[in-house]
Amino acid sequence: MPLKTEPVTINLGPQHPSTHGVFRLKVTFDGEQIVDAEPVMGYMHRGTEKLAEERSYVQIVTLTDRLDWVSSMTNNLSYVRTVEKLANIDVPIRAQYLRVICSELQRIASHLIATGFLMQELGTFGGTPLMYCFREREKILDMFEMLCGARVTLSYMRPGGLIQDAPPEFWERLKIFTSEMPGYVDELESLISDNEVVLARTKNVGILSDRVAVDASITGPMLRATGVRWDLRKAHPYEIYNSLHFEVPIGSNGDTFDRYFVRINEIRESIKLINQAVEQIPSGPIRTEIPYFFKPPVGTAFSSVEAPKGELGFYIVSDGGISPYRCHIRSPSFINLTVLKDLLVGASMADLIVIFGSIDVVMGEVDR
Amino acid sequence: MNFNNIQNLINTLIPSLPSWIVFMSAAIFISFFVINAVVMTGALTVWLERRLLARIQSRLGPNRWGPFGLFTPIADIIKMIGKEDIVPSTADKKIFNLAPIVLLVPVLLVFAVIPMSSNSFLGQLNIGILFIVGVTGFNTLAVFMAAWSSRNKYALFGAMRGVAMLLSYEVPMALSIVSVVLTTNFILNIEGSSLSALSLVGIVEAQRIPFFILQPLGCLIFVTAASAEMSRAPFDMIESESELGAGYHTEYSGIKFAIFQLTEFLAPVATAAIISVMFAGGIRGLSIIPGSISLIAKIFIIVLIFIWIRATWPRLRVDQIMNFAWKFLLPLSLINIFSQAVLLQIFLSSSSISNTELWIIAGINWIIAAVSIFILAKVFGHKGRAKNIPIPSPLANMEFKSE
Amino acid sequence: MSTILYPENLLEILPDDLKNSINDTNSDSISISPSEVLKFAKFFRNDPRLQMETIISLTGVDYIEFFEIVYHLRSMKRNTSMIFCTQIFDRSDPNLPSVSSIWRGADLQEREVFDLMGIRFTNHPNMSRILLWEGFNGHPLRKDFEYIDLTDKNNAS
Repeated sequence: MPLKTEPVTINLGPQHPSTHGVFRLKVTFDGEQIVDAEPVMGYMHRGTEKLAEERSYVQIVTLTDRLDWVSSMTNNLSYVRTVEKLANIDVPIRAQYLRVICSELQRIASHLIATGFLMQELGTFGGTPLMYCFREREKILDMFEMLCGARVTLSYMRPGGLIQDAPPEFWERLKIFTSEMPGYVDELESLISDNEVVLARTKNVGILSDRVAVDASITGPMLRATGVRWDLRKAHPYEIYNSLHFEVPIGSNGDTFDRYFVRINEIRESIKLINQAVEQIPSGPIRTEIPYFFKPPVGTAFSSVEAPKGELGFYIVSDGGISPYRCHIRSPSFINLTVLKDLLVGASMADLIVIFGSIDVVMGEVDR
Repeated sequence: MNFNNIQNLINTLIPSLPSWIVFMSAAIFISFFVINAVVMTGALTVWLERRLLARIQSRLGPNRWGPFGLFTPIADIIKMIGKEDIVPSTADKKIFNLAPIVLLVPVLLVFAVIPMSSNSFLGQLNIGILFIVGVTGFNTLAVFMAAWSSRNKYALFGAMRGVAMLLSYEVPMALSIVSVVLTTNFILNIEGSSLSALSLVGIVEAQRIPFFILQPLGCLIFVTAASAEMSRAPFDMIESESELGAGYHTEYSGIKFAIFQLTEFLAPVATAAIISVMFAGGIRGLSIIPGSISLIAKIFIIVLIFIWIRATWPRLRVDQIMNFAWKFLLPLSLINIFSQAVLLQIFLSSSSISNTELWIIAGINWIIAAVSIFILAKVFGHKGRAKNIPIPSPLANMEFKSE
Repeated sequence: MSTILYPENLLEILPDDLKNSINDTNSDSISISPSEVLKFAKFFRNDPRLQMETIISLTGVDYIEFFEIVYHLRSMKRNTSMIFCTQIFDRSDPNLPSVSSIWRGADLQEREVFDLMGIRFTNHPNMSRILLWEGFNGHPLRKDFEYIDLTDKNNAS
């Protein structure tokens, strides 16, 4: 007797423990295997681009915090760099160094979250790796609190520089952090990287080829996991990345394990970057004063930085007024979801969660 | 304390009662005692599990209510009893209400036959181990009842996985029990004991050296299969929190959910009790410690190991779990039975028995275990983290200088 | 340091037939007419001197008289980037050939532009709203978009 199975359609989300926010996937299963997947987004659409048209240039910094709330620093950086490019504002060297230190700290925090939640989705109950990651992330958030008083939505940067200089305690904590962190990364890796079950669950799961990745505008660790050595910090050095030495880690075949592995190695490189920046940082002013309601000249500017999730770009059109005429956000999480269906079809339900976790999206940035 | 003792006690206190009343009241007394003790143990396990997981994850864990947060489970239970009991309108109500009970009762029944002293609560049941295998088989049915009756696709997914997994792991579990019974039978025959080899008392009696030393392979298979049977990490397929919400009990709330939770936390205790009786010598231990205390200590050590495993291991995928059962555990358990039978026939054929012969068998068994696990792991295991050096893709060139 | 290809660099590379169909050039981008987009896109992607294999950003701006669609391209092989744009003057039913067959990365971005700006991309595999819900009235990023009260039951469709 021939066996006949009927496809089952399941709504994963918008309320689901592993969708990193309110994300919905209409998935059709044949048994445990996925035959079709359709992402449905927009549950968190707050109209950031429209809101930006009604805010002054300085006020928009607070909107960018809420895009990808686990990496506010790089969001701020990308936005203020675009405004500086638009208005030709020079940034003092000390501010540039501090910006790099902050964005590298933020990268560590973001990658820790990505790794922790990936492990959570693999099913370590209560998430021992997740708790270890959060323990380290807390230290970074404490340091951010010293800088600007906030922990998550930071708004630390301004067009022209930073809001204030780092207090002396910050440097002490940073020194302790950078000396201890490599050990913690090794500990985390020894817990994860050689675990038989982790390897069985992540190796050769959700393979993305380099050609598809480049074609579909994939950026960030997801692109580098496919073996494409592309990092804006090296390819198009902004701020003072030119004077720092670091490697760009890449993966071998673009599977889930490689995505995790690239992130872990990027944490190591970020620590190196912070160490170099702390050694080189000069003293001096940290801000070029600009008026609160300043008016950049008429024109357009596009600029992007290497955010933890990928390339975060802003395209700002100015009509000479106090607020931008148009402010487009090129968000990495959103565009990285282009290939989601390719990765999912043919995988099983358990893989779905792992693949989605390894892409590392934050819904605030997808829906904007 | 067992059934016969209670019956005698009632007879002496109130003479000339009809025998069925004595029987019933003794049964009710025993059940009341066992169920309450077991449920309180479950509450204690909840606390223990949460505290220990917190220690492992460098957190604090529940510490507010009572000394060291010991009363937290009680507060939880009160809260859950106070919640609204929702039955989905499309659910099959009878089966939906029955499923938690079908899941809980077998776990309680297991404790009835565990020999907490020289005898078990129900007296000496001479098919104790068969009884355990029989009643624990019910959890497959209960999981499917819960999932199917609640008309939820997530629940159904959990149950589909669960039934496949639970049925598969019954096989290696039963086979590892066979080798225990085989050994018990040999030893009891030589000793001339009247106990049945299938009774748990008999198994305890036969453990001159604990069976986890005598047959490590059998112990390993049983622990693995049992942790799959109670669907704990890394085999928590039927629940898979991160994938299926809550798996088979997605639609349950209120006291029924509390029963599911209770069962989930009682299962390791029951399993640990079975393991400590079958493999760790049950009430045997140091002569200065009462047998029941040493059994309870063994149970909790095994529970701690289960919690430790749960805190560190990710979940396997369902196909990998099935592969593990049929390709890895089944051959291992066949090797175990075969080698055990051959060794027993060779070494224990004489009319008397000495501990040296048992130690020799144990030594050979350890070697067999190590070699067979090593070979099977080489054949079926993951190849480890491949040391392949990543080759940069030609699609990007960051140092490109335009001419 | 990646090189930005300005219009003067591009004009050296572009063949004559394409060069003649350029509408306008400004300081950092070339402007082409909507009907020519596919032809240009194919050239930018396939020409060995450009190899623009990635579309970094695709977005629209509403200048009231016309819509401008801006394409940011990048070649990871040659570490270069460039911008080109196109103007659509039809406000009632603006449409444009989709480039998602050339760059897959344009897929979601074109849907976003359609959703928020109301520009229909022809030949796109799945031209539907992405961020807002089906049945939403209007396109919010247009400058003539009227705010609606979502708490009003009649508007919140």
